Amino acid sequence: MPSIPDTNDALLTVQGLSLAIRRGRAHTPAVAGLDFSLRAGETLALVGESGCGKSLTAQALMRLLPPAIRVTAGQVRFQGRELLNLPEAAMRELRGRGMGMIFQEPATSLNPVLTVGQQIGEVLVRHLGLQGRAVRERAEALLQQVGIADPARRLDEYPFQLSGGMKQRVMIAMALAGEPSLLIADEPSTALDVTVQSQILDLLQELQARRGMALLLITHDLGVVARMAHRVGVMYAGQLVELASRDAFFQEARHPYSRALFAALPEAVPRGARLQALAGQVPAFAAMPKACRFAERCDRVQSLCREQAPLLTPLAGNPENQVRCHFPGSGSFLAAAAGPGAGSPTFGPALLEVSGLQVHFPIRKGILQRVRGQVRAVDGVSLELAPGRTLALVGESGCGKTTVGKALMQLLPLTAGSVRWQGQALAGQGGKDRSWRRRMQMVFQDPFASLNPRMTVGDILLEGMQALGVVTDAAAGRAASAALLEQVGLQGDSLDRYPHEFSGGQRQRIAIARALAVSPQVLICDEPTSALDVSVQAQILNLLKDLQERLQMAYLFITHNFAVVEYLAHEVAVMYLGRVVERGSTARVLAAPAHPYTEVLLSAVPRLDGRGRPIALAGETPSPAAPPAGCHFHPRCPRAVALCRERYPDLLPLADGRQVACHLPAASAVQLDGEG
Amino acid sequence: MLAYILRRLLYALPILIGVNLLTFALFFVVNTPDDMARLQLGVKHVTPEAIQKWKAERGYDRPLFWNPAAGGLQQLSDTIFFDKSARMFVGDFGQAEDGRDIAREITSRMGPSLAIALPTFVLGLFVTISLALILAFFRATALDFWGVVACVGLMSISSLFYIIGGQYLVAKVWQLVPISGFGEGLDAWRFLVLPVLIGVVGGIGSSTRWYRTIFLEEVGKDYVRTARAKGLPETLVFFRHILKNAMIPILTGVVVVIPLLFMGSLLTESFFGIPGLGSYTIDAINAQDFAVVRSMVFIGSVLYIAGLILTDISYTLVDPRIRFE
Ligand SMILES: Nc1ncnc2c1ncn2[C@@H]1O[C@H](COP(=O)(O)OP(=O)(O)OP(=O)(O)O)[C@@H](O)[C@H]1O
Ligand code: SF4
Ligand code: SF4
Ligand SMILES: [Mg+2]
Repeated sequence: MPSIPDTNDALLTVQGLSLAIRRGRAHTPAVAGLDFSLRAGETLALVGESGCGKSLTAQALMRLLPPAIRVTAGQVRFQGRELLNLPEAAMRELRGRGMGMIFQEPATSLNPVLTVGQQIGEVLVRHLGLQGRAVRERAEALLQQVGIADPARRLDEYPFQLSGGMKQRVMIAMALAGEPSLLIADEPSTALDVTVQSQILDLLQELQARRGMALLLITHDLGVVARMAHRVGVMYAGQLVELASRDAFFQEARHPYSRALFAALPEAVPRGARLQALAGQVPAFAAMPKACRFAERCDRVQSLCREQAPLLTPLAGNPENQVRCHFPGSGSFLAAAAGPGAGSPTFGPALLEVSGLQVHFPIRKGILQRVRGQVRAVDGVSLELAPGRTLALVGESGCGKTTVGKALMQLLPLTAGSVRWQGQALAGQGGKDRSWRRRMQMVFQDPFASLNPRMTVGDILLEGMQALGVVTDAAAGRAASAALLEQVGLQGDSLDRYPHEFSGGQRQRIAIARALAVSPQVLICDEPTSALDVSVQAQILNLLKDLQERLQMAYLFITHNFAVVEYLAHEVAVMYLGRVVERGSTARVLAAPAHPYTEVLLSAVPRLDGRGRPIALAGETPSPAAPPAGCHFHPRCPRAVALCRERYPDLLPLADGRQVACHLPAASAVQLDGEG
Repeated sequence: MLAYILRRLLYALPILIGVNLLTFALFFVVNTPDDMARLQLGVKHVTPEAIQKWKAERGYDRPLFWNPAAGGLQQLSDTIFFDKSARMFVGDFGQAEDGRDIAREITSRMGPSLAIALPTFVLGLFVTISLALILAFFRATALDFWGVVACVGLMSISSLFYIIGGQYLVAKVWQLVPISGFGEGLDAWRFLVLPVLIGVVGGIGSSTRWYRTIFLEEVGKDYVRTARAKGLPETLVFFRHILKNAMIPILTGVVVVIPLLFMGSLLTESFFGIPGLGSYTIDAINAQDFAVVRSMVFIGSVLYIAGLILTDISYTLVDPRIRFE
């Protein structure tokens, strides 16, 4: 962590910044009275749930608000100048030069029809007055700086030719091109895999140290905050509710909302403890409580809270730390969260056995579209699912996790391999065995895309039941649907409403209810919480855990979030390039990973205590169409030896029952065997 | 890239054959040669003999696909299909009712058609895109609002009105140019000004509104915000970032009509007495000259397919995402 240069002059001071959203003719106040400041070389992390106004705040600083949003009050002083009444021309001088911004979505924030070189170059021309060859040389140096290999070639490429991580690096290079003194980074690593995220965060930290830049980091990931921030600002429903130094915040967050955030985090609560999900929802801006905005969901609420709005007040003894609460909590938040551990799982014979599963997609090329190669999305995966047990499938994007799920659901044809249900071979390859469909259901990542917006919730549930012949008459279906909704914690009157009337978390509940409608024995969950906020994620994870205990379902849980794995899964299988490289009980694998790739993945997860150095991973994941010879991981593996380049290691058991595909599994894991 | 174009052309072949068959079915199976003869001869002269004679004169008395009476290859070639339809592939369209060679007629009439259609197209594109850019630049202002109102107004007026009104005002009242007719050589421009002008004005409403919508859609995208965050002036944001992206949907809509420009415009050419392919078609329809109408339908379809192929190719030229596939 770089130390902050010792100056007291703030680079950026925001006072009383308030924004309103126009709906028709009315203006709804959104962000209300934001106060904070930022010094050169300092990182302030702004955290909070989706929709609390983080991105709007960032855009307001740049004066790039969407047309429907207006600044209603406040001041923004930057380098001694008041920005909000600066003429537009002067503001344009400042954008890109004084302050640079990295936007939330690298995929859509780059211009698709201009080359990387053109997009970086125009900043250099605009702000540094570079011309001709100098532009290209400088752009190349910038790409080099953000860690893009072969920058000269990349300059002439278009955004769609870059991977997600590279696009984000290009965004960073663009934001840095004008050598800004303030960098605003809006969720710079949220859309990325942990290993790439780790590289991007390292990069930002290093650049900041070198240039003495101030960094306003917007994120909802407390692990990222712990790693990057000097100070933390927590936003709730458009207000800052807590502002504290990083250490103070992680040792003893004071605002009840901040504390609730921690209690909802799978990585913060002790293993086996239940997540404390926040009840209720963030109030809509149009219906904001007059006094404390958090009162409806607060566990410390008193009558004063509903009468008088709390102010952001410095804490006695440490005026740097401020809290907006009449009755701030104290002590470790974790004490409140410790609860009874989950019962030890029961073992049973496997319901579903998958062996040697392969799914290949043909690559077609040329005038006649002949098959020229195969994308080996899944290349020999074996796993078992037992009742009441959860197997987590983890790995980075593109490793084939989702394809495994879809193949099991018969949404894709299998190239090879067998699937057995309670010992009986299923009419696999292509045969549309409908009873299979009844035994297995899938919950998808995006609760917004997976529900038909034109059907009521009741119809959505009924459709599944009727298609598989669970119910035939409508009245019985309605009763069954109402019971299902109750099971996932929604009110029965939701039946006649449409999906868009529900929040993200509620929609995911509906999707789960739809899956449960046919009483499946196996539930495949594909990143069911990755589109959700932590407090909502906690609700869904708790729900899934409850349902499993009650219904003894087997879960195949596809995710890239290790905290979720640790919280929910009994067993974990780590995938790389279409194959399982390590498989075993969650406790053993997470405590002592044996495969080098598992080690890298685990080290890259940002931790709440901010400790632990990520292991650097060289290069990018190779294409599954042309995996490296020998062990697929050898070009990036820190332990690789000559044998690794020649022979793919077999998936062999260690003494503790886990399986590892590596010639040289980690010594620590092997030693653990003996203790057993 | 070359492989891609070749593949597109290969794909077009079966479609062309299909179009040819369809035209054939339309003109000979649905509407039999007997029907044609009756229409042509008029009610008064219809006797079985007259019909037979009419058909024999034009070669319509042969079987449709298969001629068992002929020998060898002629069994295939001595048929209506081969003579009237298959030959169109090599540009042989046969003769019109007045005995003139249709192919030659078409070549000589292409020039006048293009003389009107091409300037109308280029000028219209330039004017409407410029207007749409202005409206999008001043979006959500009074200018934008009244601009859209004007567009809707212009759209709702029939194109006949533009033609007749323009002829009355410019040619009759102000006497600036001749009302109609066509001249060769340098003199031609006097006859061209008015139809081109009317063509451009008539298209302003709908095209401007459509392009404005495309521009506005791009204005709201994330990459535009990124461009602004770099501190670029709004003109650069528009001309470098937005225009280039908006050209992709605009091109797809526009390129498809380019080959059809050869066909001229039915209305404009008839009203201005331009000896182009548009008026040729209208005249043929009036005269119930099936050979000509059939040829024009076939040529129109071929040009449309050519337009679709051109669209695909131009798409790959402007959109790097497709170019590199
Ligand atoms: N262009 C817009 N027009 C109207 N309302 C908007 C617009 N953009 C955002 N809002 C509203 O403003 C509020 C704050 O949005 P903002 O994007 O700042 O949230 P955020 O904290 O960045 O959330 P996330 O974590 O999902 O990025 C939300 O209620 C959102 O619906
Ligand atoms: S003011 Fe009251 S309701 Fe609001 S957060 Fe504090 S204790 Fe909770
Ligand atoms: S087999 Fe070799 S290259 Fe592969 S993971 Fe093990 S040590 Fe690394
Ligand atoms: Mg945001």
